[in-house]
Amino acid sequence: MKTHFTINGQAASLDLDPRTTLLDALRERLDLKGSKKGCDHGQCGACTVLVNGQRINACLSLAVTHEGDEITTIEGLAQGEALHPVQAAFLEHDAFQCGYCTPGQICSTIGMLKEAADGWASLATDDLTADTVLTDEEIRERMSGNLCRCSAYPQILAAIRSAGGLA
Amino acid sequence: MKPFTYERPADVAEALAMAAAVPGSRFLAGGTNLVDLMKLQIEQPTHLVDVSRLPLAEIAETAEGGLRLGATTTNSQVAADMKVRARYPALAQAILSGASGQLRNKATTAGNLLQRTRCAYFYDTTKPCNKRQPGAGCAAIGGIYANTAIFGSSEACIATHPSDMAVAMSALDAQVEIAGPNGQERAISLEALHRLPGETPHIETSLQPGEMITAVVLPPPPPGGQIYRKARERASYAFAIGSVAVAGGKVALGAVAHKPWRARAAEQALADGANPAEAMAAELSSAKPDGHNDFKLKLMARLGAACLTTTGAGDGQ
Amino acid sequence: MSSVKDWAAPTPISENRSGLIGKGVDRYEGRLKVTGSAPFAYEVEAPSPPAYGVLIASPIAKGVVAAADISAAQAAPGVRLVWTPHNVPAQGERGAKMNPRSQRGSNPALAGKIEHFGQHVGFVVADTLENAKAAAALVRFEYAAEPADLIFEDNLAQADQPEGEEDMRVGDFEAAFAGAPVRLDETYVSPLQNHAQMEPCATTAWWDGDHVTVHTSIQMVKGGQHTLAETLMIPSTQVRLVTRYIGGGFGGKGQAYDDLTLAALAARELGQPVKVAYTRQQMFQATIHRPAVHMRVRLGAQADGRLDAFALEAVTHCRREAPFTEHAANFARSLYAAPNRLTGHRLVKLDIPAAGPMRAPGEASGMLSLECAMDELAEKLGLDPIELRLRNEPETDPETGKPFSTRQLVRCMTEGAQRFGWDRRNPKPGQVRDGRWLVGLGMAAAIRGNFLLPAKAGVRIDADGTITLRQGMTDIGTGTYTILAQITAETLGVPLAQVKVELGDSDFPPAPGSGGQFGAATAGSAAFAAGMNLRKALAELATGDPNSPLYGDDPELVTFGGGNIAVDNRAEPLERLVARAAPEGVYVEGSITPAADARDYSQHTYGAHFAEVGVDPDTGEVRLRRMFGVFAAGRILNAKTAMSQITGGMIWGVGTALHEYNEVDPRYGSFIAQDLAGYHVPAHADIVDLSAMFLDEVDDKANPMGIKGVGELGIAGAGAAIANAVYNACGARIRDYPLNPEKVLAALP
Repeated sequence: MKTHFTINGQAASLDLDPRTTLLDALRERLDLKGSKKGCDHGQCGACTVLVNGQRINACLSLAVTHEGDEITTIEGLAQGEALHPVQAAFLEHDAFQCGYCTPGQICSTIGMLKEAADGWASLATDDLTADTVLTDEEIRERMSGNLCRCSAYPQILAAIRSAGGLA
Repeated sequence: MKPFTYERPADVAEALAMAAAVPGSRFLAGGTNLVDLMKLQIEQPTHLVDVSRLPLAEIAETAEGGLRLGATTTNSQVAADMKVRARYPALAQAILSGASGQLRNKATTAGNLLQRTRCAYFYDTTKPCNKRQPGAGCAAIGGIYANTAIFGSSEACIATHPSDMAVAMSALDAQVEIAGPNGQERAISLEALHRLPGETPHIETSLQPGEMITAVVLPPPPPGGQIYRKARERASYAFAIGSVAVAGGKVALGAVAHKPWRARAAEQALADGANPAEAMAAELSSAKPDGHNDFKLKLMARLGAACLTTTGAGDGQ
Repeated sequence: MSSVKDWAAPTPISENRSGLIGKGVDRYEGRLKVTGSAPFAYEVEAPSPPAYGVLIASPIAKGVVAAADISAAQAAPGVRLVWTPHNVPAQGERGAKMNPRSQRGSNPALAGKIEHFGQHVGFVVADTLENAKAAAALVRFEYAAEPADLIFEDNLAQADQPEGEEDMRVGDFEAAFAGAPVRLDETYVSPLQNHAQMEPCATTAWWDGDHVTVHTSIQMVKGGQHTLAETLMIPSTQVRLVTRYIGGGFGGKGQAYDDLTLAALAARELGQPVKVAYTRQQMFQATIHRPAVHMRVRLGAQADGRLDAFALEAVTHCRREAPFTEHAANFARSLYAAPNRLTGHRLVKLDIPAAGPMRAPGEASGMLSLECAMDELAEKLGLDPIELRLRNEPETDPETGKPFSTRQLVRCMTEGAQRFGWDRRNPKPGQVRDGRWLVGLGMAAAIRGNFLLPAKAGVRIDADGTITLRQGMTDIGTGTYTILAQITAETLGVPLAQVKVELGDSDFPPAPGSGGQFGAATAGSAAFAAGMNLRKALAELATGDPNSPLYGDDPELVTFGGGNIAVDNRAEPLERLVARAAPEGVYVEGSITPAADARDYSQHTYGAHFAEVGVDPDTGEVRLRRMFGVFAAGRILNAKTAMSQITGGMIWGVGTALHEYNEVDPRYGSFIAQDLAGYHVPAHADIVDLSAMFLDEVDDKANPMGIKGVGELGIAGAGAAIANAVYNACGARIRDYPLNPEKVLAALP
């Protein structure tokens, strides 16, 4: 079925099998292979993309449900040669090894920073009614939906800390 | 996935009509559980009615002083809501204990309630499972998967309900509002929504065919402390192996039964003057561990007592 | 053959004039990875649109496929091909010229004889992934099941000595143990674990005439190429295997799997590119895993702590037809002094998926036993655990008497203790609380062997000055691209930006690939040799070129630096020389072979782990609070990527100690955990305040650059430090890993 969305600022229109997930539509139909398939069941976070500014697992979302949505993938973050501040921070802090979870980690970071800026709480928040302060513990809890088997977690934390003021 | 058709209704009435029109229809909201199961062909809908954009995404005050959470409010939206955080901290904690930020951004209030078990043998489609195929048998019984029920299980099924959110809602005495295909509406307690497995573990809720959940209504917050605590095998992004919600002396337990387990015996014991440990012992006296999940007795006794102590329940008020 | 003595002379690497060696430069391929533009195997653009292959797994553990009905699947929309054991094309026998390392446990694809649950029995190719998956569910199989041996613990009695192995004995262990005044005799169990690489196995394949090109996710280029050539019954020269980016390997992608075989076969059959990926569930059931190990440790000590008797005996398991031994006792042969010693292995053969190497095979499991036993012995003796280790520090290799090439274990422990605040540890368990948490400290030593394998590399300089290093090596996230660029740039005295590195191609000079912590030393030494050969070629070119300012100079006096070639103050840029004197460019190769006398030394990397944990007495949950490691691993090539390797390994140790395990269902032979919701690798929230440091070291017996591996050292011993901290926190000594809430709660009073 015909579905229209905006991907990385560009209008896109696809005739979709209703079974096609957003992740497979990106990877197999739109040549946007930066979003990764690690588990295909919402258990790793490698497919994280931003839909209308919110981070989601693209593997568990049927593409036809995204009519009219604004989707941002890892390919849509850099401005030409200039990396997005979160991408630059990941590079600087060596916040990845094999790189397979990395696009998901970066998209998740951007979504997470917005959630924190909007005052959302997390399980690490002691006082649920206080303003959000993005401590290390908060960052770790909020990023726990993105597994990294190479285990670059200390480096990812450092990258997010350094990018947090910029993103 | 098996092929299916897809429609997106504009309002509840249209959604109900669309679902009624095609046998094998399912409502699709966040999809975080349904799509997962469709990929494994555990769920095989012929038609999906996408309810995610229905005007059911509001959090509103009720005349009684509680909150009405629309069915398609996302888990993130509810947990971020200041009214929820201030008045129902156990619910916010429970939601934030579950899944991940990404999943909570998609998962909805109603979908969370209707998620299916995480039993390893339910997910492994090469094994017999009475939920997937009534009458096939239960591989979990006699198996080695330990995250199974200690309350209310049957000879057909020992699976647990995996939700964190629903456990807190149970302790909060939430009500579930339901709309039916012929325009009828009804409300039931959350406790009445989920069923014990009995001989029909594939029938998991008391929803009738074609019905949909439209809202969860929280009564005014009870006096007294609230807490939700969850034990799991890693620090985050893992299902509970046991959890406890306490809200003003009401107690519910998670990951111990086919439904959020309202600990009525513990509540009664507290009312009778028992201390937290005694109250949990009263509840657990009816538990039936199976040899593999015996650790849940000690876990729930300690975690439950700790939660009761923290909230001041059972200290003779 | 070379000698380690040849490696002691100054080199461009030891002189490090540009300072590139050791510098924490950004990853060579980092920009591609943070922008999502590094193509992994399933993402490579094929010459024409590919078809999609999907695998079907066996639901039984042992038996045969009796019948298969493919009619419904063949009739399904978009289906191009349906294969079962009854119609899969003939495959050549494997193993004739195979490197066993790359071939472990590999059978022909879709063999009708089923040897484990999850073995692939069917394969469907369709025009879309959705159609392929739907059709795969329509194939109907009938099986004739046979009885299977599935459970390790039930079959311990049939454990045999692995073929060709003997127990290692020094002195008289039994007598010494019997006579020791202080004794410990405990058995420790490490569980079956899964690699859980983030990228599932995947292949994209296409044919051009009788040549096939495969892009696949594999750690060993040559092994994969040869396996596929044998399977396809064509010469290796007709197989080009490419593996540019690999989404995690950890030993689990050392061999060819069915995705590679079937993508190539189907692409030939269909005359169209085909791509195939494992599902996450198939990664669990149809690749290798780390086997469980039962480890009996016996320690006999004098009252002052000196060990008289030491034994570590390990029993492990493998798939019946795929012998593999997890050598969990080997590390202990070089660790502590004791005059009477016994180490050995026994193997149980089962009808479950194949066991194989997983990050630090041997050490990762083995150190979980001895490093806890030392903690237990220290308590029996009333000694600090570090003091006990100091009293058993050997002067030479305790088994062979060979000198150590380097050994800084003592400094790792003492430096770490000081920086971590080890003196704050209360030796009595269960004494420290922070809120509801019981808090404890633990430490463990780390040791991991160091290896050098034969390898080649090719390097060319073009007329524009670009220097390109090519090697059939892989980068599985270890930093290979980056360190090879650093080595090449430093060797030739050019800026890093002037160097290109191309890896992962069977057309390139061969290297053994990534594994066993040998990658950097092996590939790097070959790259260094190639770079030195290019220096020689350029020196001869310049001194023989009448238009060069170096014309007539002695090539031995030529120096390289700042992008120039020079003798004294006469210099010219490399690109000017090449453009003028060799406009087609200069290409040379270099190679490395192990030194004849390298094994005259006991060669290892060392470290010490320190951990602080909290134990929740309500739930038995254990949470890391901080962890610190000190390591000595030769010269460090890149401060950033080496640190990432080491801390990554430590985090694997945390997962090993606390969450990671799989179990085999005794009725079906299937793993209980089949996905990443059931198998708990560490998540962000599990890893709190974890850091490490390297001691200065150069090991001139290891290789020409004095470097060693860092990829596996970090996990060795890490889990034991956590387990010791758990004991210190709450007094629960759990010898059956992982220390999950169920076990900790049961052990709590």
